[in-house]
Amino acid sequence: MISELGHVALLLALALSCVQALVPLVGAQRGDARMMAVGSSTALGVFVFVSLAFAALTYAYLVSDFSVRNVWENSHSQKPFLFKFTGVWGNHEGSMLLWVGILTLFSALVALFGNNLPAQLKANVLAIQGWIATTFLLFVTLTSNPFERLFPAPFEGRDLNPILQDIGLAIHPPMLYLGYVGFSVAFSFAIAALISGRIDAAWARWVRPWTLTAWLFLTLGISMGSYWAYYELGWGGWWFWDPVENASFMPWLFGTALLHSAVVMEKRNALKIWTILLAILTFSMSLLGTFLVRSGVLTSVHTFASDPSRGVFILMILLLFIGGGLALFALRAGTLKQGGIFAPISREGALVLNNVLLTTAATTVLIGTLYPLALEALTGEKISVGPPYFNLTFGPLMLPLLLAMPFGPFLAWKRGDLKAVMQRLSWVLALAFVGLLTTFAVQTKTSIAAPFGVAAAVWLIFGALAELVDRARFFRVPLKTAFSRLFGLPRSAWGTTLAHAGMGITLLGIVGVSVYEREAVAVKQPGDTIELSGYTVTLEGIRPNSGPNYTEQVADLTVRRGGTVVAVLSPSKRLYQARNFPTTEAGIKTFGASQLYATLGDFDDKGGVVVRIYDKPLVLFIWIGTLFMGAGGVVSLTDRRLRVGAPKRAKPHAAAVPAE
Amino acid sequence: MTRKQRRLTMMAVAGSVLVVAAGLVLFALNDRIVFFNSPSDIAAGGAAPGERIRLGGLVEEDSVVRNDGSLVKFSITDTGSTVAVVFDGILPDLFREGQGVVTEGSLDANGLFVADTVLAKHDETYMPKEVADALREQGVWQGEGESATN
Repeated sequence: MISELGHVALLLALALSCVQALVPLVGAQRGDARMMAVGSSTALGVFVFVSLAFAALTYAYLVSDFSVRNVWENSHSQKPFLFKFTGVWGNHEGSMLLWVGILTLFSALVALFGNNLPAQLKANVLAIQGWIATTFLLFVTLTSNPFERLFPAPFEGRDLNPILQDIGLAIHPPMLYLGYVGFSVAFSFAIAALISGRIDAAWARWVRPWTLTAWLFLTLGISMGSYWAYYELGWGGWWFWDPVENASFMPWLFGTALLHSAVVMEKRNALKIWTILLAILTFSMSLLGTFLVRSGVLTSVHTFASDPSRGVFILMILLLFIGGGLALFALRAGTLKQGGIFAPISREGALVLNNVLLTTAATTVLIGTLYPLALEALTGEKISVGPPYFNLTFGPLMLPLLLAMPFGPFLAWKRGDLKAVMQRLSWVLALAFVGLLTTFAVQTKTSIAAPFGVAAAVWLIFGALAELVDRARFFRVPLKTAFSRLFGLPRSAWGTTLAHAGMGITLLGIVGVSVYEREAVAVKQPGDTIELSGYTVTLEGIRPNSGPNYTEQVADLTVRRGGTVVAVLSPSKRLYQARNFPTTEAGIKTFGASQLYATLGDFDDKGGVVVRIYDKPLVLFIWIGTLFMGAGGVVSLTDRRLRVGAPKRAKPHAAAVPAE
Repeated sequence: MTRKQRRLTMMAVAGSVLVVAAGLVLFALNDRIVFFNSPSDIAAGGAAPGERIRLGGLVEEDSVVRNDGSLVKFSITDTGSTVAVVFDGILPDLFREGQGVVTEGSLDANGLFVADTVLAKHDETYMPKEVADALREQGVWQGEGESATN
């Protein structure tokens, strides 16, 4: 009964969403205030009904109602509570419902917090959100109904794929979707601006917090997904240039570009047409990502839950919004007025360079991701485009971006002085040089690339800090004054510094683990030892163990350094009974930012087991850096400037914060 | 600088970035991609020794031999032809005889395929798309391919 209610709620949401897509749009054309106001109430209504549907599906999972096909296929009565809950979106249907739910959440937030938007703009934005919601609700109800019943109801479910039975499933997909889908708001604002033909600096000020919110969730979502894959898949890799990873990375690259071009638009009223185009392209990449992951066209190590028969439907949605958006852009972009001239060497110029490099790099990723699909469709030839392609194309394009990054915030608007900036950054350059020499001196493995990588990371981190140091006038005014100036700086300056420094920290991790990683693989009997980078690892024994829905063989590894025990690692091989599905659980010990990572291979018939141990120097910096980027986003969101004449707060839990 | 000069400077920068990127992409697409081969393709002389390729098919029943180290030997078949494979490392959890598998590496002079990667799949009912297509060509596989149940 609850499931039927959920289904009805979904259909009501669809009907209401049609109203949201049409009435405010007509109202905005006619200047009819009452029709425009329909946008807000329907947006809230759609959100409520989709939430009810989601709650109904969640209920079916929690009580293990196996008469619902989706629950039977993906759940099990013995599954721990948390995974019964997260299992709701660990499959195609539930995942799409989450997608739509987050889309309608963003629409509802625009409706709630967009009170200071011009009525016409708000009506158009909500109507476009309504169009997106309508098409995806149609997709869910027509091809991916999560409430389909089974008769007779089976006694036991088929369980969730064990790899997904992890806390990562609770965090990664919701964060990723908050990012992915959050870019729909920027898209809707862009389309609304094209419809009305009006766009100005205020528009950028409204769009920026939404873009920033989406960007910070996407950053953290990708990062958490990467860490999850790293510890769960047992391969010890953190990025595979896999099509599914690229699907989330492309909107991130475009979104990062959009974030920067919106700054130019807001401050200098320039790059308007380009910003609009970027907003359309960013969400197009989100839609493309949804298509790639959900349609089943990809061969990927990460795809779960896909069905080719649904691909055509998403492809139609894709064509409607990307094609429609770009067509409207081509028709109307000419009517937008250009403004704000600037010299090539200026803050604007630096941000343009950022945009050129980011979008070009994103395009190379796009080509590498789609080329195998296109080639197979056209010639039938099957190829794979992997890390060698991406390292060769993406890397060289990122390099100038990273090197130029510290210059940007130092350059003045309109016309900058590169020589003066170089002088202010001279101490950072000196530090980078020290970093280079130190790395050369202490490295245990001869590498030319690594010292330069470390130097680039130092350049980025301290280059970012240099901006704060400089603006607070450290060493030029008394220390106390400098500190009070430092904390008086706009939050957005802090945000920039945090995010840029985060990039440097991530780079440091990438360099450390790519160059200095060491690995040992061997068959070991209990009592045997393995030597790796100064660690002596002893296999003490292998013991059976059992969890709520699995049994496992755990290897106890004692790690010694210089005779003293520094860690005990317990990697295991699990067998999940419901699906008779084996998984490998890594044993990980963290030393500072470095990790020792152990996994097990097959057991042989003589009581031995294949043990693989990695020493991963600085690997944690990869994800710590992204946390800094996310923190930069949060701090920047609290900047006063963004709240003046803009939606108060673009975060979901904004209600708890008293309005200023 | 006049407005026109400024615009030209920007175009020149953007243009050179695009040219470099296009060059890199073309070079990488020529040089850094890996072709997929079935055992029958290899039997027909589809890949030169030393060329990096992907080889996919079914792991032949009773073909998996583990040596004392972590070295594993097995055969990949599409029922028409069979290729012997050697791999040093940890096999994915779902590697089983009779199951579809994709490996990456190169042929040595004796026609032995030395794999450095064996691709793991996350689902026990999963059939890699390339393998399904290759088997369909041999008239063995009737299913849709790439059919994950969840």
